[in-house]
Amino acid sequence: MKSLPVMAGYIVLGIGFGILLRNAGYGVIWAFSMSLLIYAGSMQYAGVSLISGAASVLTVMITTIMINARHLFYSISMIEKYRDAGIYKPYLVFALTDETYSLLSDGDVPEGCNPDRYRFLVSLFNHLYWITGSVLGSVLGKALPFSTQGIEFSMTALFAASFAEQWYSTSQHIPALTGVCVTASCLMVFGSEHFLIPSMIGILFVLAIYRRRVS
Amino acid sequence: MYSAILVCIMSLTTILLRALPFLVFTKDRKTPSFIVYLGRVLPQAVIGMLVVYCLRNMQLTTPSSWMPELAAIAFVFGLQAWKHNALMSILGGTILYMILVQVVF
Repeated sequence: MKSLPVMAGYIVLGIGFGILLRNAGYGVIWAFSMSLLIYAGSMQYAGVSLISGAASVLTVMITTIMINARHLFYSISMIEKYRDAGIYKPYLVFALTDETYSLLSDGDVPEGCNPDRYRFLVSLFNHLYWITGSVLGSVLGKALPFSTQGIEFSMTALFAASFAEQWYSTSQHIPALTGVCVTASCLMVFGSEHFLIPSMIGILFVLAIYRRRVS
Repeated sequence: MYSAILVCIMSLTTILLRALPFLVFTKDRKTPSFIVYLGRVLPQAVIGMLVVYCLRNMQLTTPSSWMPELAAIAFVFGLQAWKHNALMSILGGTILYMILVQVVF
């Protein structure tokens, strides 16, 4: 099953989220509801401090848009793939997280599978891993027998593995390099709080120029 | 109670962001060719962006904040090139990172 890599990452990250939320004074019901309804990893991590600090509605909306604006990109690049997904489409769109996107963006579907059903199942399983992880984290808390320091790296490792796999499967590296270089430049210029939006604009800009070059 | 409202706000805003492109490009059956082009090249660029995003808190002046990251990422790239098994690469990289931050640095 293709979603296995995400299982490890999501369960681990979910546990981290559950622990964080518990420490902020919100129990298992909160962990379950947030993972069910929001289903966006880094947003939920940020959300812990938003709800425990009773931030204003406007602050919460703007923060959500800033952190999750990258999902616009995912949706744009999945428009064609999800076009005829029928009854699966609403859920596929709702569940298009970083991790699900990194599994489905290459468009590969196992032979003999209905692509829409396959994508639905990958999305659904990822969602279940994420909910399971956050509930586990909330329930187990600090009772784990070993130090979990550094476990958050599983998210980075997941993206790095996707990046490597896409890199090795094509000879056309300009888009990948664009993503890395533009984002790294924006990080240096705008700082770690405000670099995502400029990065996305910059990536669109460079890719638009690149398209004129190739066509 | 107020927290519950904030959770709903986060949920709805996230759903809106994910659905927006689908709502915009649904009426006419033909998606603009630039969007089709983006669908082809964006995945690689966005994954590259996400890798950098995960590394945003590195401080170049304090080696302990970037050496474990870079070592573990290099390890993931190596494992992926060798076996093309994402699960093994992710677990290997994460375990190496945990060892590095807990024991070495």
